[in-house]
Amino acid sequence: MSLLLVRVLVDRLVGALVVLCVMVAAIPVLVLFLFVIIKGMPGILTPGFFTQSPHPQGVPGGGVLNAIIGTLEIVGIGSLLAVPVGALIGIFLSEYGRNQLGDTVRFISDVLTGLPSIAFGIFGYTVVVLTTHHFSALAASIALAILMLPVILRATETALLLVPNALREAGLALGAPRWRVTLEIVVPAALGGIVTGALLAMARAAGETAPLLFTTAGNDILQTNPLQPMGALALTVFRNALVPYPNLQDQAWAAALLLVILVAATNILARVYVRRIQR
Amino acid sequence: MAWETMQTEVAPPPVHDPDIEIKLDARQVNFFYGDFQALHDASLSVQARKITALIGPSGCGKTTFLRVFNRMYDLVPGARASGEVLLDGHNVLSPDTDVINLRRQVGMLFQRANPFPKSIFDNVAYGPHMLGWSKQRIDEVVEESLKDTGLWNEVKDRLRRSALNLSGGQQQRLCLARALAVKPEVVLMDEPASALDPIATLRIEELMQELKERYTIVIVTHNMQQAARASDFTAFMLMNQKRSGEVIEFGPTDDLFNRPRDSRTEDYITGRFG
Repeated sequence: MSLLLVRVLVDRLVGALVVLCVMVAAIPVLVLFLFVIIKGMPGILTPGFFTQSPHPQGVPGGGVLNAIIGTLEIVGIGSLLAVPVGALIGIFLSEYGRNQLGDTVRFISDVLTGLPSIAFGIFGYTVVVLTTHHFSALAASIALAILMLPVILRATETALLLVPNALREAGLALGAPRWRVTLEIVVPAALGGIVTGALLAMARAAGETAPLLFTTAGNDILQTNPLQPMGALALTVFRNALVPYPNLQDQAWAAALLLVILVAATNILARVYVRRIQR
Repeated sequence: MAWETMQTEVAPPPVHDPDIEIKLDARQVNFFYGDFQALHDASLSVQARKITALIGPSGCGKTTFLRVFNRMYDLVPGARASGEVLLDGHNVLSPDTDVINLRRQVGMLFQRANPFPKSIFDNVAYGPHMLGWSKQRIDEVVEESLKDTGLWNEVKDRLRRSALNLSGGQQQRLCLARALAVKPEVVLMDEPASALDPIATLRIEELMQELKERYTIVIVTHNMQQAARASDFTAFMLMNQKRSGEVIEFGPTDDLFNRPRDSRTEDYITGRFG
């Protein structure tokens, strides 16, 4: 009887400990999130926030339309570059990469993952900006694409490795060549993981500031041509947070909130999509 | 030691009867995973449109032997086979064999049902689609294959639904339908019923009896009763001292179970080991 009591007590204790740990981990995140919401709301609710570009200091109003378009376009083009290449490398690693070449690629990818993000910015600056003598959104897209690459290819490889070998065997036993089994059976079976990986990489790229500083350099005028400098939400946060004008600081908070919402929406989208195709 | 001499006695029974058609003829197959020899001089003559069972204790090389017939071992790094496996007279093991074509002729059913995570229709249609058959022909073949495996009435109203919603037994029959859809001549079955309940197992065994009118079937089974019930010929395999699989005895199922020539076969089928 007393032994049972001890078990129940230990069970309660461990349960409480787990809840405590979860709270310790979750509370800072929630506080941060709430803080951004509270500080960002006034800026987001300002008329013209979504529809106007920044006004010169002293002129009331102004928004971050240039930065929203910039972030979407820079990350969009970066993803167009990184997702196909990353997915193909991931397929190679999982299906054909049990060799020296595969190990080398894996090693390089791990090194890339650990690189500070400003290094990608410097790379974009050296390779694109210096050769074209011009800051451009494209340079930022290229920098972000390289930053996204290791995330995408590792996610793809992991997702493909989770596909049971029995499916590959089933396809091959039907007389299907290996490439068809890979493309028609293995990749569709792993599509959920591949898409999630790509979306998470996009979310991470959207929040990066350092790779943008020396590449797209920022632009207060609405610009849609990727060969020109463009604004970006992360740059708005970075710049406006450092100026002494309250309305611009509000704008920085609002831009941060908008980024958080964009990233959260991407994550939720990824989860919903994966749940739908896994059913 | 007498081991070697006994081994040579177990060569496949010579066939003189002109009515007997040998579909698959394995001659002195040695198989290696790297340095490890998994099969030693394994020989087996598989008659057309009969069911040949491979029985023996775990690890005796039954599955390895089966996977030699359609070269599935190609996937395993470091695996190689010597000897001959003649399919209609052509050596399957020779390097110039078109493996893709071979696997179309020699289909396979696996231990666990492994339907693609696609619809029921797409599962069966995968092979024909890959071969570039016309849409109309694919529709016909899918219906035909599902009828052959007794699934048609169970699934005809939900062909577009995911195959993963089917029961285990249905999934295994779907995999059989998928294999039959490319019109193979031989069907290899690797313990196809080991993960199924007795009723689903019986269903598979009944199907085998229907299918042997048109197909040559080789089945690996752990279950001696299954081999005795369902097969026409049985090969008993065992590991030798070097842990390589050998064919100890091969003959008509009735003879092997009732009048085993080798004492090791007798020990195994009477349950004295294994």
